[in-house]
Amino acid sequence: MSIMGTRVLRKEDPKFLTEGATYTADISHPKLKGAVHAHFVRSTMAHAKILEIDTSEAASQPGVLAVYTAQDIPESVAPAPVMVPVFPPSMMHRPHLATGSVRFVGEPVAVVVAETPAQAADAADLVFADYEPLPAAVGLAQAETDNTVIYEDVGSNTAVDFKNMNMVTGIGEEDIFADCEVVVEHDLINHRTAPAPLEGRSMACVWDDGRLIVWASTQTPHGFRDNLAAVYGLEAENCQVIAPDVGGGFGQKIGITADEIVLPWLSQSLNRPIRWTETRTENLTACGHGRAQLQKVKIGGSQGGQIKAYRLQITGDAGAYTGLGAFLPFYTHLMAPGVYNFPKVETTAKSVVSNTTPTLAYRGAGRPEATAAIERAVDLFAAECGLSPVEVRRMNLISKDSFPYTTPHGTEYDTGDYETALNLALEAADYPALLEEQARRRAQGSVKQLGIGVSVYVEITGGPAPGGQEFAKVEITPEGKAKVYSGSFSHGQGHATTFVSVAADQLGMDIDDIEFIQGDTDLVAEGTGTFGSRSFQFAGSAVYDASRSVVDVAREIAAGLLEANVDDVLVDAEADGFHVAGTPAVAVSWAQVAGAAQEQGKKLMHEGQHHANCTYPFGAHVIVVEVDTETGQVTVPQVVTCDDSGTIFNPNIVEGQRHGGIAQGIAQALTEEVVFDEDGNPITSNFADYGFISAAELPSFKLVPLETPTPHNPLGAKGIGESGAIGATPATQSAVVNALSHLGVRHIDIPLTPERVWQAIVDATAQN
Amino acid sequence: MIPAAFDYVRADSAEAAIAALAEHGDEAKLLAGGHSLIPLMRFRLARPEVLVDVGRVDDLKYIRDGGDHLAIGALTRHMDVETSELVQAEAPLLAAATSHVGDPQVRHRGTIGGSVAHGDSASDIPSVLIATGATLVAQGPSGVREIAVDDFFEGFLETALAAEEILTEIRVPKVGGAGWSFQKFNRRAQDWAIVGVSVQVLNGSVGIGLVNMDTKPIRASAAEAALVGGSSAADAAEVAPDSCEPTGDLNASPDFRRHLAKVLTRRALEEAGVS
Ligand SMILES: Cc1cc2nc3c(=O)[nH]c(=O)nc-3n(C[C@H](O)[C@H](O)[C@H](O)COP(=O)(O)OP(=O)(O)OC[C@H]3O[C@@H](n4cnc5c(N)ncnc54)[C@H](O)[C@@H]3O)c2cc1C
Repeated sequence: MSIMGTRVLRKEDPKFLTEGATYTADISHPKLKGAVHAHFVRSTMAHAKILEIDTSEAASQPGVLAVYTAQDIPESVAPAPVMVPVFPPSMMHRPHLATGSVRFVGEPVAVVVAETPAQAADAADLVFADYEPLPAAVGLAQAETDNTVIYEDVGSNTAVDFKNMNMVTGIGEEDIFADCEVVVEHDLINHRTAPAPLEGRSMACVWDDGRLIVWASTQTPHGFRDNLAAVYGLEAENCQVIAPDVGGGFGQKIGITADEIVLPWLSQSLNRPIRWTETRTENLTACGHGRAQLQKVKIGGSQGGQIKAYRLQITGDAGAYTGLGAFLPFYTHLMAPGVYNFPKVETTAKSVVSNTTPTLAYRGAGRPEATAAIERAVDLFAAECGLSPVEVRRMNLISKDSFPYTTPHGTEYDTGDYETALNLALEAADYPALLEEQARRRAQGSVKQLGIGVSVYVEITGGPAPGGQEFAKVEITPEGKAKVYSGSFSHGQGHATTFVSVAADQLGMDIDDIEFIQGDTDLVAEGTGTFGSRSFQFAGSAVYDASRSVVDVAREIAAGLLEANVDDVLVDAEADGFHVAGTPAVAVSWAQVAGAAQEQGKKLMHEGQHHANCTYPFGAHVIVVEVDTETGQVTVPQVVTCDDSGTIFNPNIVEGQRHGGIAQGIAQALTEEVVFDEDGNPITSNFADYGFISAAELPSFKLVPLETPTPHNPLGAKGIGESGAIGATPATQSAVVNALSHLGVRHIDIPLTPERVWQAIVDATAQN
Repeated sequence: MIPAAFDYVRADSAEAAIAALAEHGDEAKLLAGGHSLIPLMRFRLARPEVLVDVGRVDDLKYIRDGGDHLAIGALTRHMDVETSELVQAEAPLLAAATSHVGDPQVRHRGTIGGSVAHGDSASDIPSVLIATGATLVAQGPSGVREIAVDDFFEGFLETALAAEEILTEIRVPKVGGAGWSFQKFNRRAQDWAIVGVSVQVLNGSVGIGLVNMDTKPIRASAAEAALVGGSSAADAAEVAPDSCEPTGDLNASPDFRRHLAKVLTRRALEEAGVS
């Protein structure tokens, strides 16, 4: 019997709930004995020439070993640039420490190394940087004007225009809205947010006889290793990266950052092991942000609600240096048409640098922005036509019999059933009753108005096409137990439960007889890591492949022991081993097979990469809000989502991913925004000011299951890590606008702060 | 987020604390629950050279029936105030407002005295003291004095306490049958108030204290006067922000704060039984 689809409890939880996690800062390895501590001195200016950095006073403080600025450290000690597509070299080659000028508040300008963290922090206060302030381009609107050009050699703030790379359609000669009766246009903001993992960046390292040993809080241990090996000229086997328990990443811990990459150099120069753990403020201001797009949408169709044409123009904010974030408008373009069968879709997309923290691939990475744009556009179109937003969606959804479906952009969606998702979510929310309650409150002029928001989304996971790969190794121990090694790395996703379950299912073993190994580049030969909702589909499939290969060899050995034909022998969890079909009473155990394998010199081990195409999860969210029309306060009494991620192996794990995603999605709509003042100073630099949402602001979520398998991998699974964050933001925004639509409100920008909502009510009331 | 270096002195009595403050002068700060002071120190916005820890001065942790008032020791934790049956019965507004301070962790560490002595306009408790007409008791090298709440809050994080004085007791009038309401407007459950309002109604006399409507905790004098003059709750609420100078920040502009003060004052008055 398969354990697929059963609610296996997370194997990692007992440890987290009793002894607690061991994060990088908790590691007390003998080799780290006597480690010194690094503390970065960060720019307090958004844009300035560095005239001088005086480190003398800091250097003479108690416990201080050294203070370094950019010129002390070889140029080669810098992160590898994100190469695709090619950004102007000066924008993508971020130095280790600011060199010549600073380009955002938080950029490291010097690093202090001392015996204790407190000594390092104290001395850092005494590093004096003399700046000549330059005008700063803060925020997209300002950066786009090129009034302040950040990279003089480039001559413009545009990092990439995907139109020039022929990566987006651009706006054609033909007017795609020519035969539309109703056309609506709007400017949208998809504001900057902070990934805010509860554990920030943290690293420790030591040089051990020419080998570099690193502990790091990362989503991608092998990528981290490869970066370090390249910078320090090491063979991969001479650089070991160990990722212990990691307290979340949300895209901030893909690859390696400038701050991390200099630590081995510091350790080498001082001949001491070194540690560094960033503060909450450093994480919120210096590590990297997400989203940050300005969008122009235009949508048109018939008065009856048939949509014929859609145009999305995207400008993304790369921040001060072009990292992954600069590439994400392309992802937004890829998913621009969403779940709809619009015949004509046009997109433009570009990225612009600004004097703010660089952006990166925060949960959803380009796809939430696409969904937010199209869903808002459809709502605006429905309102203009005077039609129900639900009806307009139904009318324009891609029908379930048209898969695989190729969008006008050439993206091939694998499988989907969007209308069923929408219907199931509406049904679970009791949509008719909600409409009735809304009508009642409107008629009574209640202070608290009810709003119902709907979004339907499709996203791309493990993408872009042609997909990706992940490594796994499965081996049987001499005792007849198993070890599963994964190149993917769980930093909260529950691999030790799901991947072990996949192996257990194929090997016919108890999950408690299977050990899970991840996050150590010495133990796991290859790996890509966890991001982009890729793990289960690629890494789970790799475990599946490897397990089956091992079973194939084991069956042959078992057939020999049973004196049976191999084709008749099967592995059976109930019988605790192998037997001939139909005669479970005569069985040989895994231990017997392992013993025989050893005698015969056969290896019960398989390792390899699983390659697969990307997949397209989808779903529908119905979010109900109450809006206090006197104060603009929004509360969320009800959240219903139907998120289809293909075949579900473990509902617990999948629901956990949905929960977190939905919360983050609602948070973006309501409370979370990274804010800079006009000089580029971050003013959301701690959790009192940054509106990190908590369980107290959210209701229990009603999660409706739906499973439409993908043909692209043997598990039938699609990604689920980001779905919640994609559907929930537009559904929340839509709900708030819906609550106030009878007052004449058509649109309110996110985040829907009380003041913004109140102002929208005041403005609409004044107009009517 | 490591504070700058400081010296640490533990005081085991009010007198010892006063002596330590007198010795170190401006460089010293009292440490009570630490929930306002330590965050400032971790951001290095405050850099006291000496911390005088009064956290273990048990003599200042009490809630007593003082006849016409409740006498609350300055070092009484929020959680003890919130859950005290005496406070719930005789100063229900204080008990209710206290239950809105931060989250349970904060309320188990933070003290009522720290909340008041910090003089933070965003704190909830000062608005209660204003609405109820409380009296503060301070002790210094030259003895004990009583300070009326209206004379206590002087400016941005500034109070009438002298540098070597400590707040020892908060006296809140006993008001068993009073009408009251505490309105706190924030975005997340554990957040500070964007605006808050405390109202207490006793024998027709109405006290209104506002949270985060000026650089210091402030009384809604105009609204109180309007009620004395016979205005309705709704009309009085309209003048609640008069003479307030709220700041603008991430959460609200000054205008929005004024608007919220009106709405919340009206709601508070109505809930407290003023029509
Ligand atoms: C996450 C968080 C959320 C919070 N949310 C809220 C909230 O929603 N509403 C709210 O009102 N408060 C809130 N607080 C603050 C909390 O109420 C504090 O406990 C309180 O403001 C200060 O009390 P304390 O005992 O911690 O004082 P401390 O931090 O120890 O001291 C504060 C100041 O008062 C001085 N001081 C302390 N005691 C005395 C005394 N007896 N005599 C003279 N001076 C003294 C100190 O020297 C210092 O300057 C929050 C705090 C945190 C950390």
